[in-house]
Amino acid sequence: MAVGVLALQGSFREHIACLRKLGVEAMEVRKPEQLEGLAGLIIPGGESTTMAKLAEHYHLFPALREFGTSGKPIWGTCAGLIFLADKAVGQKAGGQDLLGGLDCTVHRNFFGCQLNSFETQLPVPALVSEEGGPSSFRAVFIRAPAITEAGPSVEVLAEYTVPSNFQASSLDQVEGQEELQKVIVAVRQKNLMATAFHPELTSDMRWHRYFLKMVNGDKNLECRKESSMMGLPQVKDLPIFREADHLSFDNDCDQG
Amino acid sequence: MAEASGTGGVVAILDNGDVMKSSYAVKVGQAQMLRGGVIMDVTDVEQARIAEQAGAVAVMAFDRLAADIRAEDGGGVARMCDPGLIKEIKKAVSIPVIARARIGHFVEAQILEAIGVTYVDESEVLTPADDENHINKHNFRVPFICGCRNLGEALRRIAEGAAMIRTKGEAGSGNVVEAVRHARSVLGEMRRLRLLDEDELFTFAKQISAPYELVKLVKQLGRLPVLNFGAGGISTPADAALMMQLGCDGVFVGSGIFKSANPAKRARAIVQAVTHYNDSQLLANISSDLGEGMGGVNLADDDVERFADRSD
Repeated sequence: MAVGVLALQGSFREHIACLRKLGVEAMEVRKPEQLEGLAGLIIPGGESTTMAKLAEHYHLFPALREFGTSGKPIWGTCAGLIFLADKAVGQKAGGQDLLGGLDCTVHRNFFGCQLNSFETQLPVPALVSEEGGPSSFRAVFIRAPAITEAGPSVEVLAEYTVPSNFQASSLDQVEGQEELQKVIVAVRQKNLMATAFHPELTSDMRWHRYFLKMVNGDKNLECRKESSMMGLPQVKDLPIFREADHLSFDNDCDQG
Repeated sequence: MAEASGTGGVVAILDNGDVMKSSYAVKVGQAQMLRGGVIMDVTDVEQARIAEQAGAVAVMAFDRLAADIRAEDGGGVARMCDPGLIKEIKKAVSIPVIARARIGHFVEAQILEAIGVTYVDESEVLTPADDENHINKHNFRVPFICGCRNLGEALRRIAEGAAMIRTKGEAGSGNVVEAVRHARSVLGEMRRLRLLDEDELFTFAKQISAPYELVKLVKQLGRLPVLNFGAGGISTPADAALMMQLGCDGVFVGSGIFKSANPAKRARAIVQAVTHYNDSQLLANISSDLGEGMGGVNLADDDVERFADRSD
């Protein structure tokens, strides 16, 4: 049994690298037929408009919806969160198709172009109770969305406290608010999970382990040797960067 | 392996406009989200919308296409375009907007950062403002994209703080030969580097005029520590797939789209080509009935100006 990663665009290689480090077979998914036989799916970060256009063109939406309704776990990071949400605000004219399924309202690019992209130590009590480890998680937000409303059956896994001098890009939401505002950045609803940040860009594997538990209880999935694309140069993975002013990263990535 | 503790916490914007430096990890992370995508040059709102509809991962906003800059008599001086145009394009699309600054012109970069572009491309397509130094990109919160012809150049730009690299190619020429040359140069030099003995790295670094620490890093990683896109003269889906199969992480397409007979169709085809770059059946289908491509420039002609040689 293998876990798929939607490979239309974006950080799919990073997710695949994480899955392989955990000993799980990971498959790139670009066409509907590639979803067959997969035990779970990750929708990576990237440009959600691009992914939506490509998904639409290759008739992926019906297959993806069926994958979700059949109860198989789907995890969307950032752009993936936008895909899974039932409702999105902050779109320009001519929005984009959504996959839906998650009873949430997501605000695209919530942090605007000011506090655009950043990283922070996010408190993750729900993750800690399942996976242990430090009480915070190094969360990297890249032009991130945020969940402004979550339905009653949605479990909130993490919230982020927005700094007091920040003004959201959606003016009808926050107008000169002085007190600290919290937004939801990680949720789970039955077999769907979504995070507004990018665990695949850090070396902390807890979110991936949490997702794998959703896929297969506590059993580990088999790891088979990766089949390389015949004759083509293997594109190497980017390193995991530490937060720093200069080039600094974790050395434990296996680049073989 | 433990992670180093950095400056910690969130980068905050203070009311008086002071900006704290962004961590390098976040800058590279921002660029990483473009992976596997196509960045398209656009000169107005309508083109930007066409690009977004076609599935472009970002647009490069400028007032002329590179082919037109190239065609101008006597060359003239190509500078950063009117920020008003960039603001207009930003309002029209929800995908990231990239803008060009002249090489070494850190104030043009400051202006672009102030209007909130998602990335700044320090571009040899414009007339360099400093013929010896590039911008010190560490001083900025916005991530920078820089061009290169070979591994040494790529590493020099990364040392200066570039968060993403692209090949220079020959922009506006419609001729992919230079992009291929530069891609093979960077990727080929990295392949050779992987085989070198550790003791030989010092001399290798000297030979390619790149910092030793970065050379050592690249040998360890087997790749550049940042994304490397193909750029400069790409005009067909086959060109785009070629750059991907050579080992690039994505492509830029400039004049190739909006100088062609059917820009919307060609743009969509190129986006698909980059996603399915090793599916020759699919490539054959999308390359059919595309309409005429852009005219090109014969680079064997000595009179043709090489943008790529403007900086080192």
